[in-house]
Parts: sequence; C-alpha cells; structure tokens
Amino acid sequence: MAQRPVTINPTKPGGIAVGLVLALTLGTLGAVAWRADWGCGLGAADWAAVRFTVTQALVSAGLSCLLAIPVARALARRRFWGRSVLVTLLGAPFLLPVIVAVLGLLAVFGRNGILNDALGALGLPEVSIYGFHGVVLAHVFFNLPLVTRLILQGWLSIPAERFRLAASLDAPVGRLLERPMLRTVLPPAFLIVFLICLTSFAVALTLGGGPRATTVELAIYQALRFDFDLGRAAMLASIQFGLCSIAAALAWRMTAVDGFGAGLDRSVDRWDGSRWGDAVVIALVATFLLVPLIMVIVRGVPGLLELPADILRAALRSVTIAIISAALCIGLTLALALRGGRIVGLVGVLPLASSSLVVGTGLFLLVYPIVNPAKLALVVTALVNAVLALPFALRSVAPAVDKITSDYARLGAILDMSTWVWTTRVILPRLRRPLGFAAGLAAALSMGDLGVIALFAGDAQETLPLAMYRLMGAYRMDAAAGAALVLLVLSFALFWICDRGGRVDADL
Amino acid sequence: MMKPIILTTVAGLCMATAATAETPVLTVMTYDSFTSEWGPGPAVEAAFEDTCACDLQFVGAGDGAALLARLQLEGPRTEADVVLGLDTNLTAAARVTGLFAPHGVTADLALPIAWDDAEFLPFDWGYFAFVGNAGADAPTSLRALADSDIKVVIQDPRSSTPGLGLLMWVKAAYGDDAGQIWADLADNIVTVTPGWSEAYGLFLEGEADAALSYTTSPAYHLIAEEDDSKVAWAFDEGHYMQVEVAGKVASTDVPELADQFLAFMVGDVFQTIIPTTNWMYPATTTVDGLPEGFDTLITPAKALLMSPEDALAARPAALDEWRNALSQ
Repeated sequence: MAQRPVTINPTKPGGIAVGLVLALTLGTLGAVAWRADWGCGLGAADWAAVRFTVTQALVSAGLSCLLAIPVARALARRRFWGRSVLVTLLGAPFLLPVIVAVLGLLAVFGRNGILNDALGALGLPEVSIYGFHGVVLAHVFFNLPLVTRLILQGWLSIPAERFRLAASLDAPVGRLLERPMLRTVLPPAFLIVFLICLTSFAVALTLGGGPRATTVELAIYQALRFDFDLGRAAMLASIQFGLCSIAAALAWRMTAVDGFGAGLDRSVDRWDGSRWGDAVVIALVATFLLVPLIMVIVRGVPGLLELPADILRAALRSVTIAIISAALCIGLTLALALRGGRIVGLVGVLPLASSSLVVGTGLFLLVYPIVNPAKLALVVTALVNAVLALPFALRSVAPAVDKITSDYARLGAILDMSTWVWTTRVILPRLRRPLGFAAGLAAALSMGDLGVIALFAGDAQETLPLAMYRLMGAYRMDAAAGAALVLLVLSFALFWICDRGGRVDADL
Repeated sequence: MMKPIILTTVAGLCMATAATAETPVLTVMTYDSFTSEWGPGPAVEAAFEDTCACDLQFVGAGDGAALLARLQLEGPRTEADVVLGLDTNLTAAARVTGLFAPHGVTADLALPIAWDDAEFLPFDWGYFAFVGNAGADAPTSLRALADSDIKVVIQDPRSSTPGLGLLMWVKAAYGDDAGQIWADLADNIVTVTPGWSEAYGLFLEGEADAALSYTTSPAYHLIAEEDDSKVAWAFDEGHYMQVEVAGKVASTDVPELADQFLAFMVGDVFQTIIPTTNWMYPATTTVDGLPEGFDTLITPAKALLMSPEDALAARPAALDEWRNALSQ
C-alpha cells in the first residue's frame, strides 16, 4: 500500500465492509467449528491432499503469470483492429462455470478432441490431458486472461510522459519502466491465482485423472457431505486460511511501491518492441483461449431448441442476482479501497481462500434457527457472490485508488476538499475503468456460481447454472449444453456492458 | 439486527399456524433430480394431492448424500416430514442420527433380495453397470475389464453415490482381493469425476468407452430419445444394487399424513411413475408391468448388496484401498 501524506478518504463504510467480509469468511467457519463434534485429527491422506493442492497451485499460478507478461506487453504495445474486442473476449474463460470450461477444453485436448484428431491424422501418438499437467493446463486457461488484464492495467498506469522521455533519451524501457511496474503488479496477481487454484475442486478432480489429484476442497466436500464431520471440515478450512495468510504475507513482502508519479492522463505511444513477435504472442494466446470457447458454442447451438420453457425464468433470476451482486460488490470494493491499509489487504484475499461449501454450511447453521433458508436463498446468494468477487474487484480498484491518493491527495488538501467532493470529483471519475471491469467481473462470476445457491435454493429458485446441472443430471446433456451456451452469452454480455461502460471514452 | 429477526420469527410462526389451520402441509425432502421437471416429483405431487386433501411440498437438496447432510444440519428442528432418496450406503449413518421413526408399512416388494428394515422403505432400485456403445468391445467381468485396455470413467466415491456404489461392488465381489482389482483397473480409468453427470457427459463426448451408471440407463436413450446405441455391460461377478429408500422423520408434525404418503409410495400409482421418470426399477410389481423397452435391458444373474451396517463398516478401509491403488 502506498504511503499517504494526507488522509481525506472516508473510513467508516470501510469498517462496515471489513466486518461483513470477516463475518462471511471466518464467521461462517466459526459457525461450522462451533457445531462440530471434535473427533480424530487429520490423516495422512489429508496431508497428501494439502501437498498436492499447494504444488499444483504454485505451478499453475507461476505459469499463468509467466505467460501473461508477454501477452500483456504485446497488448499494451500494439494497436490493431479488433484489439478491444479481443481484450474483452480474453475475460471469457474466467467467467465460465467450471464444467462448461472443462468440456470446452476436452473438445480440444481430450481423447476425442481436435488436437488428438490432428495428431492421429499425422500418424503421431495420442496425448492425454488427464494428470497433473491437465490440471495446470486448465488452471492456466482459466487464469491467464485474468493475470493478463491485471498486468495490462499496470502497463497502462505508467504515465505516457515516461515512455516519451525514455524514447527521446533512448533509454531501456524494460529495465527502467517495465520491471519496476511488474514488481508492483505481479506479486498480488500471483497471489490471487494461487488462491483461486488453492480452492479448486472440480477441475482438479475431473482432469487430475484420479485420487492423486485430491485437493483440500474435495476433502472438505467429503467431510461435509459424506461423513458429516464438521470438525474435520473446519480444520481443513482453517488450513486453507492459514495457507492464504502465509501466501498473502509473502506476496506483500515482495510487492514494491509504485514510484512513477502522476502523469497527464495522456494515451500511451510506444516506440519499442518487435511487431512480429507481439503478433505471434497475441495469435497464440487467442487461439489457446478462444478455440475451447468456440467449441462450447458449437456444442450448445443444437441444444438451444431442447431447452425447457423454465430456463427463461432461471436466466432472469440469475441476471437479477448478478446485477444486485455486482452493485453490492462495487459498494464493498469502494468502501474498502478508500479505507486502505493492511487489514483491507487481508480482507481482500480472505474470500478467495474460503471454501464456498463451508461458507454455505456456516451460513445455513446461522440462518436456520431464525428463518427458513429457502426464503433467503436469493439474497444470501447475491451477498455471498458479491463477497467472493470482492478480491478481484479490489485487485483492480485498490491500486488505482492508492495511486490517485498519492498523486492528488496533497492537491486535495491544499484546496481543502471535503470527503464528498474528493470522492465524487477526484476519485470516481478516475476509477471508471477499474470499476467497470470490477462490476463486470462480479456480475459474470455471480452468473456462473453454483456454490451457495445449491444449499439454500428451494424448488422455485432455480438459477441458470443449477438448471444446467439438473439437466445434466437428468441425462439431457444436449439441453445442458444449450443452457451452458445461454449462460456463456449472458455472463459475457453482462461483463461486456459493465466493462465497456467503464472505458467508453478510454483507450484500453 | 435484533428487531427484524424477532419480527420474522413471529411472522413465520403466525404463517405456520395459519397454514396448518387450513390445508395440512406434508414436506418431503428429496434429491434434486427427483423434483425436476423430468423427474417423478410433479406427477407424484399431483397424484398424492388428489387423495390426501393436503399440500405436498418437495424440498430439493443436491444428491442422496447431500440429503443426509442437510437433514443432519437441520437436526430435530427440521421441517421435513419424510426424507426420500437415501440409499443403503447411507441408511446406517441415517439410522444412527435417531431422526427417523419406524415406517410401519408392510408392502409386497419386488426386489431381487429380501428386505427387512423397520425405518426405511424402498421406492425404487437398480443395478450399477458400466454403460458403453453397442457394437464395441464389451468385457464380461470386472476382472476382464481390468485385464483389457478399454477406457472407462468412474465417479469419486468420496463425492458421489454411484462412485461409492462401485467401491462397494468391487469389495462385495472380491473381498480381500479388492485392492488388487483396483490396482489392475488403474490403467483403464481415464479419470475420476466428482459426480455422475460429469462422468456420463464425458462418456457421451467420446472421452471414454464407458461410464459407470445403471443397467437402466440404456432405457432412457431407447424410450426418450429412440436411440438404441447404448448398452450396459453384464458382468459375471454379479452387479451391485442401489436400493433407494424413504423414511419418516420422527419429529414430524403430521405423522398420519407421513404414514399415508409412505403407503402411497409403494402403491401402484407412484410405482408406475418411477420407471420412465427416475429411470430405475419400481420397488413393487405394477399392474401394467414395466414400460416397453425395459425388456431389452440386461438382467444380472446375481445381485450383490451389503447390509447398511456392513457397508458403513467396510467403507473407510475400502476407501483407503481404492486411494492407494489409484494413486500409484
């Protein structure tokens, strides 16, 4: 966090937001632990799960970050037709429900996929996606676009004046501008991806090829669903939080403070880099990310005709939840980002380390004595989704707020700006881009979420992802593929509207 | 915070009293696919409400295992009057909770095994089986599958009821040699999925030659899709059964209605709905017999099933065996 010479940010809403996030993450864990009958501790298999979880998360996060650097640099350096559409489309894998993305990946890399068909035609041996490498591949597929977007924002936050200066002095841009920027942007991005992969469940299990690929989240699922061992679930969830805290502390130590200073908000022109190199990087990554998505569309189109009439109501319900959830998320994010400080840094990553099953179970235990959970299903889902999307929103918004504060707080203090004027005139207009991205992400993530609703929903509260899973469970795989396509289009439309809205006059 | 909570509670209580004063409500907690548009739920609800002068409400809760977890979360304060959809791998744990009362129903059951359980009454059953494509290589036993290079997808016994069914199948058929079978099966297993839907989806996408499902799965394709390209493999060791049961919740506020529902459940109307909505065998012989298409299904020569108590006791060791064999 940047040092602030003058404090004129509001702190009270931030305090409330901190309380809410702590209640939903650690509070729900507490509720589960409180109800537990404490029996035996963790076995060897649990520790094996912890080891596998950490290893795959480290490799997945490392690889996602390494690959994202050249992609973000190429996108930051080049202007070409369709660039802004591509930047938006790159967000899509991250927004997909896991099983849809996995089926899309399998259509390309599976035993019966495009890749193996091509290898077969060339007389080459088949490659198998199942195993450790498959898990990493899927995690990179999910997270590379996110890291790319986060780094791209870092690149665009270097003032245009610095690049002009570097170009006129013929100075090395990479060493003087890009490396320091990466030191501020990469560690938090790595942390986020590490934590996402830490709580992976369906990806790891489906592509991992067997019980070797057991994650802590699966062990929690087993403890809660099959053994009803709340104590073990609480212990495993605590381990996840512990790992999260260690990773967060390490990431903070490694994060450098941004020292570029203020610019004049001019658009960046670049004079360095190889045009062809950048084109190859962009083409490769676009192919890797977009072909599986195209396969989801191809599989889904025939299923559209088989969709039941109820799907419209489910879709409407999902969109409503997504919009409420995005609004809540933006409110929380602003409150936290404006408050600032270490506690916000921790609160900003805690939701990533929480198991949605533990959150759901804890909430259920808290709510059940008071009111029928089915009555609260949609409200609770919107709130939990908002909190689960918070880390991503905060990652995008907080650095921007810090930068604005360090650049303009003195000016604001000299002009004796009130908190209100400071927030509405200085902060918000400069936050449109990250806020739009954050709102889009929150809305889309909420669309695809299946975590909490499954535990709370009554019969008449089916959301789109739940409807999709129920179709699959009733042998109707084609209709489910159609529902997945509807889900993809709606998530993406929500993301696009918010994201575009945020950069309507911007150059990204 | 306090005030709204008290108000909601009071409102809830008032509404509850008002509701019981009019039509009595029977709450049946069951798994999701039972209540879905294509499941037995809608037809069962309509048929029972015709006879009971009551309001039958389903509460859906994931799959069978989630159902038991949900009931345990709610404890004795649960609003559920009947729980429908547990299987014999779960009933021992369900019995221990003490949340169930004896059902008191005597029915003429048509299961391939003897049934005697005071708390849990079957409503349908089926055999687990690998389902593959017609015309392709079909192994004739678990042993033959393990020795072949045929690829299958299975479900994780730690997160899925069919997955747990296969674990018990191998244990029931091979006892102490189960670990060896799993070790030999390891190279046949493409991957292990969290649930039935993912495994069956992967099979239909061509990722494997077969998926663990039920002998009745081909009937869905035949009857609902007029597609006869799917077959279940008949295995010499016999097939492990899944018997799905319902039980009366001890704390129910409408015990007579719950009894009435359980009796209705093993009656002809309910049982006739089952085959083409839940794609399982009815628990009693129906007047009209099985629907056309069910006669094409394989009928295993030997039915395997451990008692609920044996299944619960055998599970931890069998899971370790499974994990060790497949983690090599």
